[in-house]
Amino acid sequence: MTFDVAALRAQFPILDQQVNGKPLVYLDNGATTQKPVAVLDALQNYYRSVNSNVHRGAHYLSDEATGQFEGARQIVADFLNASREEILWTKGTTEAINIVAQCVARERLQPGDEVLISTSEHHANIVPWQQACLATGATLKVIPLRDDCSLDQDAFEQLLSEKTKIFAIGHASNALGTLNPVKDMVAKAKAMGAITLIDGAQAVAHFPVDVRDLDVDFYAFSGHKLFGPTGIGVLYGRRALLEAMPPYQTGGEMIEVVTFEKSTWNQLPYKFEAGTPNIAGAIGLGAAITWLSAQDRAALEAHENALLARATEKAEAFDGLKIIGTAASKVSVLSFLLDGGHPADVGMLLDKQGVAVRTGHHCTMPLMDSLGIPGTVRASFSIYNTLDEVDRLFEALEKVKTFL
Amino acid sequence: MSFDIRNITLGEKITAEDIAEDLEFLDDWEERYRYIIDLGKQLPGLPDELKTEDRFVRGCQSQVWLETDYDADADTLYLAVDSDALIVKGLAAIVLSALNRQSPQAIHDYDMDSFFERIDLLSHLSPTRGNGLRAMVAKIKHQAEHLAA
Repeated sequence: MTFDVAALRAQFPILDQQVNGKPLVYLDNGATTQKPVAVLDALQNYYRSVNSNVHRGAHYLSDEATGQFEGARQIVADFLNASREEILWTKGTTEAINIVAQCVARERLQPGDEVLISTSEHHANIVPWQQACLATGATLKVIPLRDDCSLDQDAFEQLLSEKTKIFAIGHASNALGTLNPVKDMVAKAKAMGAITLIDGAQAVAHFPVDVRDLDVDFYAFSGHKLFGPTGIGVLYGRRALLEAMPPYQTGGEMIEVVTFEKSTWNQLPYKFEAGTPNIAGAIGLGAAITWLSAQDRAALEAHENALLARATEKAEAFDGLKIIGTAASKVSVLSFLLDGGHPADVGMLLDKQGVAVRTGHHCTMPLMDSLGIPGTVRASFSIYNTLDEVDRLFEALEKVKTFL
Repeated sequence: MSFDIRNITLGEKITAEDIAEDLEFLDDWEERYRYIIDLGKQLPGLPDELKTEDRFVRGCQSQVWLETDYDADADTLYLAVDSDALIVKGLAAIVLSALNRQSPQAIHDYDMDSFFERIDLLSHLSPTRGNGLRAMVAKIKHQAEHLAA
């Protein structure tokens, strides 16, 4: 079966539009992906025909909504090869990491303990640990980068010790696309007794993820970067750890029995889901995963690799362009700088030509500081982008050069 | 040549009216943006020693620095700006064409949104852009308000 990008694209109605008088070339998929009709229909259908509060069970619609909502949780569990009690709904990756920082790091860290992260982490996988360290007297340790912006594995092994209580690492770098050898790193961290977390925000849309195979304690991702709605994300947590953790927030839904004197907590996963959840978001994310799983994922991955290969080849031939992040193993992200062109200028001049990219520090200020640059221009590709669009990016960049 | 904020003639030799008239004649985006970038290139930037934290206006995408100098006798506020991004510096030059070498009262009263709307660049002043330009205008206005009070 050959992969038909035109047929896939046709399922994303937003892509078929003009921006500033030019056909839209959407290359900001690392920030958020577009949504297929299957997801739009699921959201519309939920609000048109099903909307009701979940877990109340008093009437037909509530049963229907609960069925779809919990069905979506099972879809996520299957997607990650986990069990449904281990899947917590969150607002997104940021909240997922905050739950672990709050309910594990702040509970367990002692002065002298260490949390180990890497230089290329998103702020969402830095600040919660930094603040937990400040609150507990623990120390934040940071794995440096090699020249190609991959993680320095020798330094990682030197930084790792019995003091490392938590190891939190991005599966793929949002700013540069570098794919980290997380399975190997998680195994080494576990061998030292660390609790491990993978920030999968930039991974799940690109390739299948199996949390049992990774043997990781926590895995976090966002729905909106996986063709689903905004405001919904997932924290996978190993059952024994989730059982031992105190609740994140308290209130309705997460309780078993409440008196004015005390409360007892609901079972997993509800213990971590205070208040009415994002029901439509969860159902929409379930629809996104169902849709994605029905595609030939190996063909999608091959297509994304072809996009990145074409973009990299063109970038290397482009006079005055410097690729930032040249690791051998990358997801389909091309981060770069143009000689004499501030990323903000390049981004604005690309936008005028209908090409949407992200510019700036990409929420990775410490990474940009370590590279000594103010930011980059980032083209991040997804399954519905075409080779023609890669060419359009470089034609537009030729024009940008004439302004600088 | 050493930097002297009072040598920046934008706002006097080239006024907001001049810029609006120039932009009216440029109808495609390329000509307009080349013009804006050119304005930025002509604007003397700040020497590095003046790019300090207290002159810094934080933007998400690009940085802006603002220097001011008030001549109380003439009731005139002198402005100088710089940015690490060309388009933002050009847009900052347009702001200066309207506000530089004016009295604090005149600066306080000036409707920058209307001016940017007239020259069809209002989106650059929008809070969503995060380019520091809006924050820079607010900082100038705040100082002018303080001086006019």
